[in-house]
Amino acid sequence: MSLLDVQNLTVEFGRADQPFRAVDALSFSVEPGEILGIVGESGSGKSVTQLALMGLIEEPGRVRADRLVFDGKDLLTLPASEKRKILGCDIAMIFQDALTSLNPAFTVGYQLEETLKLHAGLRGAALHARALELLELVEIPAAKSRLRAFPHQLSGGMCQRVMIAMAIACNPKLLIADEPTTALDVTVQAQIMELLVNLQKQQGMALILITHDLAVVAEVAHRVAVMYAGQLVESNRVPTLFEQPHHPYTEALLASIPEHSKGAARLSTLAGVVPGQYDRPKGCLLSPRCAYANERCIREVPGVDDIGQAQVRCFMPLNTQAPGFSMGSNSESAV
Amino acid sequence: MNTITTASSELQKIVMAAQDLTRHYSVSRGLGKGHATVKALNGVSFELHRGQTLAVVGESGCGKSTLARQLTLVEKPTSGSLIIQDTNMAQASPADLKRLRPKVQMVFQSPYASLNPRKQVQAMLEEPLKLNGVDRADERRERVSAAIARVGLRPEHAQRYPHMFSGGQRQRIAIARAMMLSPDILVADEPTSALDVSIQAQILNLFMDLQDELGTAYVFISHNLSVVEHVAQDVMVMYFGSAVEQGSKSEIFSHPLHPYTRALMSATPAIRAHDRREKIKLVGELPSPLNPPTGCTFHTRCPYVTEQCRAEVPLPQRIEGRDVACHRVAEFV
Repeated sequence: MSLLDVQNLTVEFGRADQPFRAVDALSFSVEPGEILGIVGESGSGKSVTQLALMGLIEEPGRVRADRLVFDGKDLLTLPASEKRKILGCDIAMIFQDALTSLNPAFTVGYQLEETLKLHAGLRGAALHARALELLELVEIPAAKSRLRAFPHQLSGGMCQRVMIAMAIACNPKLLIADEPTTALDVTVQAQIMELLVNLQKQQGMALILITHDLAVVAEVAHRVAVMYAGQLVESNRVPTLFEQPHHPYTEALLASIPEHSKGAARLSTLAGVVPGQYDRPKGCLLSPRCAYANERCIREVPGVDDIGQAQVRCFMPLNTQAPGFSMGSNSESAV
Repeated sequence: MNTITTASSELQKIVMAAQDLTRHYSVSRGLGKGHATVKALNGVSFELHRGQTLAVVGESGCGKSTLARQLTLVEKPTSGSLIIQDTNMAQASPADLKRLRPKVQMVFQSPYASLNPRKQVQAMLEEPLKLNGVDRADERRERVSAAIARVGLRPEHAQRYPHMFSGGQRQRIAIARAMMLSPDILVADEPTSALDVSIQAQILNLFMDLQDELGTAYVFISHNLSVVEHVAQDVMVMYFGSAVEQGSKSEIFSHPLHPYTRALMSATPAIRAHDRREKIKLVGELPSPLNPPTGCTFHTRCPYVTEQCRAEVPLPQRIEGRDVACHRVAEFV
C-alpha cells in the first residue's frame, strides 16, 4: 500500500466563477522509503501541491481531491485535531529559504525543543538531550554551543541543517523538501543532499524532493514527476525518464540544460513562457510552445495514459518505439 | 570563437587588463572595539580580449561581486591597476572617466530589482543616450527601437512598464539597456540564476548572439559550472578573494588541478551518469573574512592539506596551460 495516495487534487484561487487553477487534477503516490522528485518551472504548481497536502492553503484558496490518503488515514475527513498530530510529525516539511523559515527572535535550541515538546511530549533533561542528539545527527559542528545560537549567527547551510533537524525530530514517515538547496552554494548543496539521502536511508522515511534542478533529481530520486502549469505531464522511474522522455515538455526541458548541448554553439530552447491565469490555452496546455502540436492538441485536452511504468499526458508521446515499451497497452510484461 | 577568425588581429586586442587588483573594506567590530579589515579581493589579475568571455566562478563570499564593482568603476580598488583601452584607471582624469564609463556596462542578477518600476521601457533605454550626449529625440527613438528588436522584444513593448513582463523578458530589457551605448565590456553578474532553465537557455543564446554581432567582451560571473562551460573561453576560479585556478576553459574543464576546482566540479550534479565526477567531500564552509586562515586560505577545507599549506601562502604557478595557486599541484597533474 502506498504511503501517500493523491487522486485528482485541485487547488483553485480567485473568484468561484473565474477560478485560477494552480493545481489541476493531479494524481500521484509515494511508496514507503521512496524518493519522489517533483520538477517543473516557476508557476507549475509544485509548491502549491505540497502546501495543499500540509493543509497550509488558506482562504480564499480552495482545495479539492477525490482521494487524499496518508498511511491509511483519510486526510479529507480527518478532524482538525487529529490532522495536527500527523502534520509536522508524521509528515514534515522543509522550505527553500531556511533563514526566513526560522524565527529570528528565538535560539535554534528553543525552536527545536518547541517541536519536541509539542509532538514527542519530552521535558527537562530528556528534551535537551534529544535536541542535542538531533543537531549532531544533522552534522552540525560544536552542536552544544549552537543550541544557544540565534539563526542570524548561522550560515545558510547551517540554518538548513537546523530545519532538517526540526523536521526529523519525530521520525516522520514522509519528509517534503521544497527546493531545499536552491539558496545554497554547490559544495554546501552537495553536503545537504548527502545528509538528506543518508537520513532517508537510516530512518526509512519517504522523501518528496521538489526542485527545478533536474540534475539534483537525476542523482538522488527513484521516481520523478514533471509538472507543467499545474498539471502532471509525465512521471517515470529515474534513469528511464532522463534517457527516454515521453512528453515533449520533458524532452525540451532536458534539451535546454547547458550540459545537454556540450560542444554546440547554441542551446536548444523552448520558446515562450508558462501560461498564466489569462492566457491559458484551450487544449493541451503546452500546445502553443510544443514543436509537435497539431490540430487535435489545440482543440482537446489530453488525459494521463500509462506507457509501461510511465504516466504521460500527451496525444503523441515520444520514444514509444524503443525496446521495452509498447504504445497504449498496459501490459506489465513489456517492462 | 573560431567562426570569426578572419579578424584575428582585432580579436587579440586587449580591451581590459587587471593587475593585482585588491579591494579591502574596513568594518566596525562593534562599539569601542575598533575596526577590522576585510580583504574582499586579494590580488586578482587577468586580460580580457575583444569578443571573448572570461567566466568568474566561485561560491558566495569569494569576491566575485566585489570584482564586478571594481571593473565597472563603481568603486576604486585599494591597490593594483585596472587598464581599460590603454588608460590606467588609477591615474585617470575625470574627463577620462567620463569617456570610459560608457565602455563598461553591467547586467545584474535579478531583473526584478534592476529595472525601475515607474519607468516605461522606452524611457529606461533612452536614459543612457540622453546622459551621453545623444540630443536628437528621433535618433534616440530609432536606437531604442533597434535595441528592442535586437534583444527579441516587440515594438509595442517600448510603452510598457517592467511589471508587465516575465523574468526572461525583463532580463532582455536589462541587456538592451546595457547595450545601448555599445560598450566594449559587459560585466554580467549571475545573469541567469534567477531564471528557469528553459528561459536561461534563451538568455544565454541572446548573450552569445550579441557577442558574435557586436564583438563585446564579457566578464561572466556565475556559480553554475555548466553555464560557464557553455559560454566562456577563459575561466577564473575564485576562493576567498583570490584566483586559485585561472586559464583556458577547455584545459580547466577537461582536467581541473586545484583541489577546490575539483571539489566544485564534483559537487555539481549531472543528469547523465557518465558526466558525474567522483564526489570530493568538502568539510565545513567558507571561513570568516574577519578571521582569515593563515597560509593557503583553502587549507581549512582541503582534503590534501599539509603543514606547508597551513604556514605558507601558495603563489600561482604556470602549469598545463593555466595558473594554479597550490603547493601540491605538481602531484595532481
